[in-house]
Amino acid sequence: MGLFILRRTGVMILTALCLTFVVFFMTNLYPNLEKLAKTQGNFRMSDEAVASFLESNGYLQPVAIKYAQWLGVAPGWVREADDGLRGRCVRGTVSAEEMADAPRFCGILQGNWGYSTVFKDDVGSLVSLRLGLTGKLMFFVLILMVPMALIVGVLAGMREGSVTDRSLSTFSIATTATPEYVSGVIFIAVFASSAVGLRWFKGTATAAMENATFENFFLPVLTISLYGMGYIARMTRASMTEVMTAQYIRTARLKGVSFPNIVMKHALRNALIAPFTVIMLQFPWLLNGVVIVETLFNYKGFGWLLVQAAGNNDIELLLAVSVVSVIVVLVTQLISDIGYVFLNPRIRIS
Amino acid sequence: MEPLTWADIIGRMFWQFMPVWIALIVLFAVSAAFKRKLGLYGKLYDSPIGLIGFGLVMFWVFTGIFGQLDLIMTHDPLSQVSGMKNEPPGTAMRNPGEGEYAYYLLGGDNLARDVFSRMVDGAWVVVQIAPLATLFAFMVGITLGLPAGYYGGKLDTLLSFLANLILAFPVILLFYLLVTPEIVETGVPNYMATVLFIFPIIFVGVLLNSRYYTQPKFRTPLLIGVLGVMLWIYLSLISEVGSPVSVLPGIVDLFDIPGGILVVFVSVVFVNSPTVFRIVRGLAMDIKTRDYVAAAQTRGEGPWYIMLWEILPNARGPLIVDFCLRIGYTTILLGTLGFFGLGLPPESPDWGSTINEGRKLLSIYLHPALPPAFALLSLVLGLNLLADGLREESLKD
Repeated sequence: MGLFILRRTGVMILTALCLTFVVFFMTNLYPNLEKLAKTQGNFRMSDEAVASFLESNGYLQPVAIKYAQWLGVAPGWVREADDGLRGRCVRGTVSAEEMADAPRFCGILQGNWGYSTVFKDDVGSLVSLRLGLTGKLMFFVLILMVPMALIVGVLAGMREGSVTDRSLSTFSIATTATPEYVSGVIFIAVFASSAVGLRWFKGTATAAMENATFENFFLPVLTISLYGMGYIARMTRASMTEVMTAQYIRTARLKGVSFPNIVMKHALRNALIAPFTVIMLQFPWLLNGVVIVETLFNYKGFGWLLVQAAGNNDIELLLAVSVVSVIVVLVTQLISDIGYVFLNPRIRIS
Repeated sequence: MEPLTWADIIGRMFWQFMPVWIALIVLFAVSAAFKRKLGLYGKLYDSPIGLIGFGLVMFWVFTGIFGQLDLIMTHDPLSQVSGMKNEPPGTAMRNPGEGEYAYYLLGGDNLARDVFSRMVDGAWVVVQIAPLATLFAFMVGITLGLPAGYYGGKLDTLLSFLANLILAFPVILLFYLLVTPEIVETGVPNYMATVLFIFPIIFVGVLLNSRYYTQPKFRTPLLIGVLGVMLWIYLSLISEVGSPVSVLPGIVDLFDIPGGILVVFVSVVFVNSPTVFRIVRGLAMDIKTRDYVAAAQTRGEGPWYIMLWEILPNARGPLIVDFCLRIGYTTILLGTLGFFGLGLPPESPDWGSTINEGRKLLSIYLHPALPPAFALLSLVLGLNLLADGLREESLKD
């Protein structure tokens, strides 16, 4: 088991390295750098001005060296400017003494996530702030989605082929067929717009960042949960129908155990093994939903940050965002594998 | 003129869709009459859920086709008519010209364009791209997944690692990295197209070669003919005069794909193929332990013959079902791209872009955003129901 986790962690680190290098490479292509220079300076910069801006900010070094600097395994660049020194590990132009005091290596290994060119702020603090806000959103999504999906799945799988089963299955197919940008738009139209007049909820969740109430937070949470719910419900239904045809359930029925008792005490525990894995594997999908819903409802969390970073080619912010999302994806996969073994004693990893 | 009532609007929309209804009735009548001879497709007519799904899908397919033949649209989807900005459904035109449709059936959007015509035109974007992109993703997934599952070992480890690498990317981040004007300028999507689009040629080449390997007199001309045509299409597809990949001179270049469409197409194929790869790999690993594969090995068949003519046909059930689901997922992805304003030009009538435009005024005007939203919903729902029906019917035998 220990060896298994160790190997998986190794693969995880390798994957993260490859992915960040791809992101690094794509964001450092020259047209992207040119766009970055123009958004930093002004849009009517000449080609020479762009080149000198990029040169003086260390963007024109070879990609591999820049990547090593970002990682913190190569010393940060230092350039001589008109009135002092500029470098990767210092902000702005500084004197030679200050440069000597600054650390030579400053990459993510040293805990330095870099500087966001869009928000003019430290990437580390930005990401952790936004991640906290998205964490709040995800927490409520899980609270709503998981019980709802399990109840729908168990009810549908209890008696295969019944009317309840048919209608609940169609309902879960319908939810998987509705992407967030469709259901979100429909919800806003019905529950939040003045044209219909219900106005039960707020159409934006900006206020929910400080003060989440049922009124301003329910629609985004519902929108994300519905899309993810259908899939978990279908998995739960499939595993529930399988369990309900098992020998020991038949034995229990023949012994005269009541139907609610069979479902609650005999079937449920075994039926919930498969959905557990699926719930964990839903996290990467939820991440997509988060980006769409945060844009739609103007909730400034992690997904919103991703859109801002990618839209403005904010290299270091984008890298930090991708590192975080890759780690989320891979860690949930790992937890799902380990949890599966713990829940299902018939499987042993050798 | 008076604006139309809701009953009028629905009646007139029903009338506009008349070619679609006729085509649907003809299709259903012919298929129902011959359903015993049509295999899995015929069996679909025994499952009500699958039939509803199939009806929804074909509705949008016919809408896309007839919309392009200009049988459904009431106005030009791009033309702006003064005085129609954000007007509610059923508004009459102020002074309609000769032979012009006198109403905006579903109202005007914020640039005074007809919402109904844009919705119909948007169907064509999806009908054009989604099935083809899914097919390409399947070609890539099958060509790589079969050997990975059949041989296993180092090849499998490497390919699986690459697939997981792509799958670990959040899709939207990938889109933002691939589908921006700056990246298009560098030609990265063109190079990716060059790599991805070669897989169908490899697939067909290996497929035919392994089948007719023992009849060289028949195989050689067949391969030269088929591969020659495919190679020409491939080269005209990837090469474009003025783009980084320009191998064919303009005269022999059969057709040009607009840059935006190509990028969208490539990125959707790229996102979909790792999942297909994983499914095919799993199926191949399962099927290669069967007796008929062992029998073929004993007969001395080559590995590619076993993969493509023994394993693949026996994996078709799950693959067909997944194909339907995946077209739906591709439709959702196309909508996501439009929603974030990536790839397709801003005036494009595709559903994602129109939803994105409409949502900005959602608290006051509902009519520009809701028709494309329901259109997308019904198409994807149809594909999911169809897949469900197919799965049930294919499990029966």
